[in-house]
Amino acid sequence: MPTKPAGTLYRGREGMWSWVGHRITGVVIFFFLLVHVLDTSLVRVSPEAYTAVIGAYKNPLMALGETGLVAAIVFHAFNGLRIIAVDFWKKGAKYQRQMLWVVLALWLVTFAAFAIRHLSLALGGH
Amino acid sequence: MSTDIQNPRSGQNSSGKIGSGKIAPQYRRGTGSKGNFEMFAWLFMRLSGVVLVVLIFGHLFVNLLVGEGIHAIDFGFVAGKWADPFWQFWDLAMLWLAMLHGTNGVRTIINDYAEKDATRFWLKVVLYAASFVIIVLGTLVIFTFNPCPVVNGVQLPGGFCPAP
Repeated sequence: MPTKPAGTLYRGREGMWSWVGHRITGVVIFFFLLVHVLDTSLVRVSPEAYTAVIGAYKNPLMALGETGLVAAIVFHAFNGLRIIAVDFWKKGAKYQRQMLWVVLALWLVTFAAFAIRHLSLALGGH
Repeated sequence: MSTDIQNPRSGQNSSGKIGSGKIAPQYRRGTGSKGNFEMFAWLFMRLSGVVLVVLIFGHLFVNLLVGEGIHAIDFGFVAGKWADPFWQFWDLAMLWLAMLHGTNGVRTIINDYAEKDATRFWLKVVLYAASFVIIVLGTLVIFTFNPCPVVNGVQLPGGFCPAP
């Protein structure tokens, strides 16, 4: 009796979904980066222009956006290190699935620490 | 009415053997005229990726988690950092590596999903133009920036500025 294909390194399951997540977070970070260079460039226009735009960012909605952005960055960073291990470590391909769970655990810890600190600063008033 | 079931169009040659047939022209690989560019692009993604993890985690930690965090960010904060060549080169390396890493990533995505030659070409033209503008702008801002401007005849206060 034929059995269902068990998935390979890149088709289905952890390998494919981490690849999907890596692409989506990568694109999100790239478009943020374009905007981030443009807003920082306002320091060259005038101190008032920069401080005004940064001041407009300091609201609860943007704080949530920043937290989401950091979630994307931390996943992309740790999963990127996993991809390097898959490519360069002899046993990388064999343990890619286990490494993804390590990535997700590290992501959760790092992201939780960032979110608690950043949101309590940003939402806690000043 | 009879139905004609055709042979598969690939995978078999006239002698019926799988895998020994000729390769149809549209599936032939290029002649390698691009040299090793794709290999270097692949290697660059991994090398720049490792460096970017350090640069960006450091950037986020220093700017958002230390002291008052985001409340401290204003003109004086940026000026104070860029008065120091260490942070100028940190941010310069981050700008160049992140932009090249991101541009190559989006280039890969365009190659994967845009099927028409013309669409692929124009999307990449837009991508490269945007990346070029951002890299040049960011580099100029980091190095032509004056951290101690005089506003309305008054020197902005900053411990890193020379006394007026």
